[in-house]
Amino acid sequence: MSEAAVKPNPAAPSLAVRHLSKAFGGVQAVRDVSFDLGKGELLALIGPNGAGKSTCFNMLNGQIRADSGSVSLAGTELIGRSPADIWRRGVGRTFQITATFPSMTVAENVAMVLMSQRHELFSFLKTAVQRHRKKALELLDLVGMTGQADRPCGVLSYGDLKRVELAVALGNEPSVLLMDEPTAGMAPRERIELMGLAARLVRDLGLSVLFTEHDMDIVFGHADRIIVLSRGELIAEGTAEQIRSNPLVLKTYLGEGQIYGRKEG
Amino acid sequence: MSVYLVQFLSGLASASALFLAASGLSIIFGVTRVVNFAHGSFYMLGAFFGYTFVREVGGGGIGFWFALLLAALAVGLVGLVVELVILRRLYKAPELFQLIATFGVILIVQDVALWAWGAEDLLGPRAPGLTGIVRIFGTPMPVYDLALIAAGPLVLAALWLLFNRTRWGILVRAATEDREMVAALGVNQSLLFTGVFVLGSMLAGLGGAIQLPKGGADLLMDFGILAEMFVVVVVGGMGSILGAFLAAVLISLLNTFGILVWPDGTLVLMFILMAVILVVRPTGLLGRPETAGHKAEAGFETALRPAGPHYKLFIAAVLALLLVLPVLVGEFYLILVIDILVLALFATSLHFLMSTGGLVSFGHAAFYGGGAYAAALLVTYAATPFELALLLAPLGAGLLALVIGWFCVRLSGVYFAMLTLAFAQVAWSIVFQWSDVTNGDDGLLGIWPSAWASGTLVFYFLALVIAVGGIFLIRRVIFAPFGYGLRATRDSTLRAAAIGIDIKRQQLVAFVFAGAMAGLAGALFVFSKGSVFPDEMSIPRSFDALLMVLLGGVESLSGPFVGAAAFTYLHDELITFEYWRLLLGLTIVALVLLFPQGLAGAAKHYLGRYLKLEAEPTGAAVTKREVREA
Repeated sequence: MSEAAVKPNPAAPSLAVRHLSKAFGGVQAVRDVSFDLGKGELLALIGPNGAGKSTCFNMLNGQIRADSGSVSLAGTELIGRSPADIWRRGVGRTFQITATFPSMTVAENVAMVLMSQRHELFSFLKTAVQRHRKKALELLDLVGMTGQADRPCGVLSYGDLKRVELAVALGNEPSVLLMDEPTAGMAPRERIELMGLAARLVRDLGLSVLFTEHDMDIVFGHADRIIVLSRGELIAEGTAEQIRSNPLVLKTYLGEGQIYGRKEG
Repeated sequence: MSVYLVQFLSGLASASALFLAASGLSIIFGVTRVVNFAHGSFYMLGAFFGYTFVREVGGGGIGFWFALLLAALAVGLVGLVVELVILRRLYKAPELFQLIATFGVILIVQDVALWAWGAEDLLGPRAPGLTGIVRIFGTPMPVYDLALIAAGPLVLAALWLLFNRTRWGILVRAATEDREMVAALGVNQSLLFTGVFVLGSMLAGLGGAIQLPKGGADLLMDFGILAEMFVVVVVGGMGSILGAFLAAVLISLLNTFGILVWPDGTLVLMFILMAVILVVRPTGLLGRPETAGHKAEAGFETALRPAGPHYKLFIAAVLALLLVLPVLVGEFYLILVIDILVLALFATSLHFLMSTGGLVSFGHAAFYGGGAYAAALLVTYAATPFELALLLAPLGAGLLALVIGWFCVRLSGVYFAMLTLAFAQVAWSIVFQWSDVTNGDDGLLGIWPSAWASGTLVFYFLALVIAVGGIFLIRRVIFAPFGYGLRATRDSTLRAAAIGIDIKRQQLVAFVFAGAMAGLAGALFVFSKGSVFPDEMSIPRSFDALLMVLLGGVESLSGPFVGAAAFTYLHDELITFEYWRLLLGLTIVALVLLFPQGLAGAAKHYLGRYLKLEAEPTGAAVTKREVREA
């Protein structure tokens, strides 16, 4: 998709992605992808498995180095920076499969972020026990996890871990949040609850969010705008209505027929 | 010119034995995920068996080669016994236990070899028909070297055929990629593991046997080759047999040419080569990036919690006992307790690295010995006062840890562990060989504390304050933001990086801190004994520390202290026997087999009632919650 086809967002973009490409060996995982993430926008990135969504994400937060292209965060180029650096500049992320510190309690997991943000990790003699507890509990309150603040993360259910991750991602007050399949692996009701919570929080805090998701109810229910990736290329972008009726998207991803009720030959 | 050509060929010749041994190690690790420390011992046994078999049957030209093959088979048989009796029971145990068990095998083999073949170095028999020399452009060269040069590529080709053209070989490769999948396909896993272990052992045995006419057989071969093998595997890239071959050639060439250019500097050259390759290619020459999950986990999933009131009371009681100890016991026991205190600080520094950092170091004695030598050298050459030397020694050890750690933290898991061992062996060799400065094997003597601290009683209190102070400092650091950050890198590298933690820096600083604390223990050691020998930096000393951590259990910080006490007791009891290594080795193997979850795990099992009371509410809460949600 050429740059000209990217519709400028009314608000100034939080993240301007231009001509992003990445190849793994002979496989072109992402090809010339450009889009804007508007300020305060909930932008969904959808597409079939293997379309390059996770690669895109990993390039945005510095885990994978892009072959070419640029990612600009309010004027600062992010390509070439380390994940730690990008995080410090206010780009948080949650993972498709939760990544927490299992040996620490829920509150300590959140406190870790606060210690890291305040550059305290090379302090040898202060105590870390109960450190930043008040602030951590405030963050946990946002996601409804104060009741389990003192349980080790290793014993939590998957849905609760997702909530903890959300609190952790909000810990350093990011301006941009990348959520890789925020509701993957959860039961239907929990999915709706969690995504509702996340959407409410980011709107309250004024965050710009880019998220990937396979559950179309979630995508159509929460995204302001949707971009569609297929075989590494952007094939469409628009509102839920536009995407739902886009013939190319129907063909490559959403499918044209009914899933249930059709008799197989 | 011809000198260089001959030197080149001679390098190729010595590469063959090294390649055989290293490829065996690599194959075994690839499938079983066990780093076989006894691999160097298998190599040594190959040489000893070869020596005997050549004498018995190796009359003619064919007999000689038949004897070498027989030696390889005999080592394969030893490998079979080790796998069946020991390792098979430990595949599911934490890696630390497997390592300790194979270390037990090293000790056993050392004493059995001493008993069977004696302490004298054995001169290798010469190969009938290949005893002469050829002249290459006028420079003489043993004919046997040509045979050795051929042996490496021959075995490489044979292994390639085995792994690419036979069903068994393809299964082995599949198991290297994905063990669970192969098991799910109905392959008899234990048979596969046993087969691979025997094959690897035979390769080590063959390597030891074919170098006989060149290098002979002696009792120091096991640790020497072990470090070299690790370097080969790390440089070549783990799991790549061709990489192992290339690395073996590279390192052997470096050795042979290094001797021409800079006779005293071959070890330093090897160090530089390894460093350069790791900086350019962290996965080795032909290695692929590590797949996640191959961590050298020592079984530390739990975290240390701040001490409860009962535990604090217990610690206070122990400290009180230590304070009044001089009233209760005589000088002999005071000296024994000083030993325990020193070792406890040493073990605690390793425990910190392993439990909080998840970094299993096989070469921690480099810093213990490093601190001891720093103090001893300062006293010997700069007439440094005792107090200052005690202060500077940890700095010296920390500096050494900074240099070694800078390379090691680039790797993780077993690769990290192997590299620490290789560097520790280099450090040991330098101290051992650089006799102008370090006095080599004769050690540095007459390193005593100042007059005020030279009495046993005063020194006891000094050691008590420093060792206990050091242990409390380590504990403090574990619960400081630094320790939390380090634990975060252990728990999840993904999340740690995502919240802005510089993982390598956190690990490097931890490595330096642990090294400095080990160095402090080393300095205390040298002043308590008045002398230091290269042994304090050797691989066995690194294993002593691992053993202490294991004996004491990993659950609490008093573990290393208990471990040090148990180790000192065990050591003092056994050392009176002629074959004490054999007894120690058997004890280690027995302990690991009887308590595959560790002594602490066993204690937990038997005292489980009390601990269960604590664990139950959490479990019940989870169940209740999940029921409600369902």
